Amino acid sequence: MLDFIKRHEGLWLFTHSPSVMIAAIVALAILIGAVFAPWIAPVDPYDLSSFSLMDGLLPPVWEEFGTSKFPLGTDDQGRDMISSILYGARLSLIIGVCAMAIASILGVGLGLAAGYIGGRFDAVVMRIADIQLALPAILTALLIDGIARGILPPELRQDMRVVVLTLAIALSLWVNFARTARASTFVQMNKEYVQAAMMQGQHPLRIMFVHILPNILGPLLVIMTVDLASAILLEATLSFLGIGLPADSPSLGTLIRIGMQFLLSGEWWILWIPTLFLIALVVSINVLGDFLRDVFNPRLR
Amino acid sequence: MVFFLTKRLIQSVFVMLAVAFLAFSLFRYVGDPVSQMTGVETSVEDRERLREDLGLNDPFVYQFVRFTGDLLKGDFGYSYRTRQPVAEMIASRIPATLELGLVALMISLLVGIPAGVYTALRPRGFATQTILMLTLVGVSIPTFVIGIMLIFFFGVQLGWLPTFGRGGTVSVGGWETSFLTIDGWRSLILPALTLGVYQLTLTMRLVRAEMMDVMQSDYIRFATARGVPMGRMYFRHALSNTMVPVITIIGLQFGGVIAFSIVTESVFQWPGMGLLFLESIRFVDIPVMGVYLVVIAFFFVLVNLIVDLLYVLIDPRLRISDVS
Repeated sequence: MLDFIKRHEGLWLFTHSPSVMIAAIVALAILIGAVFAPWIAPVDPYDLSSFSLMDGLLPPVWEEFGTSKFPLGTDDQGRDMISSILYGARLSLIIGVCAMAIASILGVGLGLAAGYIGGRFDAVVMRIADIQLALPAILTALLIDGIARGILPPELRQDMRVVVLTLAIALSLWVNFARTARASTFVQMNKEYVQAAMMQGQHPLRIMFVHILPNILGPLLVIMTVDLASAILLEATLSFLGIGLPADSPSLGTLIRIGMQFLLSGEWWILWIPTLFLIALVVSINVLGDFLRDVFNPRLR
Repeated sequence: MVFFLTKRLIQSVFVMLAVAFLAFSLFRYVGDPVSQMTGVETSVEDRERLREDLGLNDPFVYQFVRFTGDLLKGDFGYSYRTRQPVAEMIASRIPATLELGLVALMISLLVGIPAGVYTALRPRGFATQTILMLTLVGVSIPTFVIGIMLIFFFGVQLGWLPTFGRGGTVSVGGWETSFLTIDGWRSLILPALTLGVYQLTLTMRLVRAEMMDVMQSDYIRFATARGVPMGRMYFRHALSNTMVPVITIIGLQFGGVIAFSIVTESVFQWPGMGLLFLESIRFVDIPVMGVYLVVIAFFFVLVNLIVDLLYVLIDPRLRISDVS
């Protein structure tokens, strides 16, 4: 798929579009900050001994009363904001990437199989996909979360939060992958190389994953970026609604939820800094996704 | 046409049955209904009696049929949390959510369609590029952040509009409406904007894509060659041909509006169904969760049936297809 010319055309487009380059830099910076949070962050926000109430509600360093010890200020508990945000972004990204990975494996697997096998299997998978597509992702995720709460014993609920949340998000996002994979597989099925592989009597799994899959990766890559952004947004929304991660291991959404309490009282940094961070992350991923779509689908340009 | 609509009607019944089944499975298998309804001090015999009274020992199919029958009769059971009838709880919340959703949908269509047409006709213009960039940002900003921003600017900084609740409502035949008081409208503006912005970007992008597709088609080129006036061509020839997908998206958006109303209602403490659903998830109040799903599915099916009717009205080909 990524033939020589296209790769270079993509590179050319990349270097000639400032918004895409800025997006890439922002996304990369946040990614590095999140991955290396334990080494970069001044303190560990999960460690209760690392902060004290005495430092509570300090503004960022450029405001009056701000100190260089807490560059982005502190929340009401005296937690360093920049550390909370880095660790929060870390959690958001971990959940987002895992959910997207699970969704893509599930979706691409089912979509490929549906396109290859066709017939009744295809009909069943696609009906399920249709039904789920009618339900918006956030409703599906909320529902799965609610069911998990009902099924899990209370003592496990806290420990399993991250897993439940990831699965809930993954199960609400797989449909896009399945539909795209299926549609692209249909196109490939008519190509000679697939016919030839079939006539050679190669194993269907081999044809699906070794022959067809590499040829449909382009559109899937676009879906992956778009869905990564959706996954991060979904996680943030669920956490904001108080259904996601609890306040002792906050993701970006939880931080915004906490910050909402200070909307009226003037400690703007507790709310707006995590919010800005989340928006920067999602916007840059979406811009990159749009760019990839342009590269792989020149007709829309 | 009759055939088409009948087919859709039958499909809708099946969708409703599937959702009823989901609600039933939730009620029956997520947690034990009996232990939810009884306290620690209830004796084993009492529990068994309750189990028998609720019919939980009956065969599966029988239970499901009875559950569906109860739903049809409007008997939705009792909430685990408040011990009130679920039907009453939901019914009192429906007006708030529907009015919010309706206004949001209006914003989405009245702004989205003209913006979509404009950006399609002037793809290289400065305004178009700005609008497109804004929509990309709009899609990326989560609904709850848009809500917080609106609260911050219009509620806190400027102090123009109320930031929570419905304000004054008037009861019209049991339907609590906020359309009849100024206070109600003022309370409605921010939540409806919050809910509408995301839908607006979707409408605009869809109309734009459809419009651009149509503008490249042969009949438009032919119409241009024939010298059809521009305005007539854009609106009579091009726009009317984009209406079928646009109407489809309205049907689909209704689901989105309902779902995102959960978020919006949470931000603005809007006393609608979404807030109730959220509380029921937090407290694992299964009956309310199940009934919420059934009610939402019902509205969804209803809207899609109306959309099907509109198809027939808009697209003459569907009227003829039965004859052939």
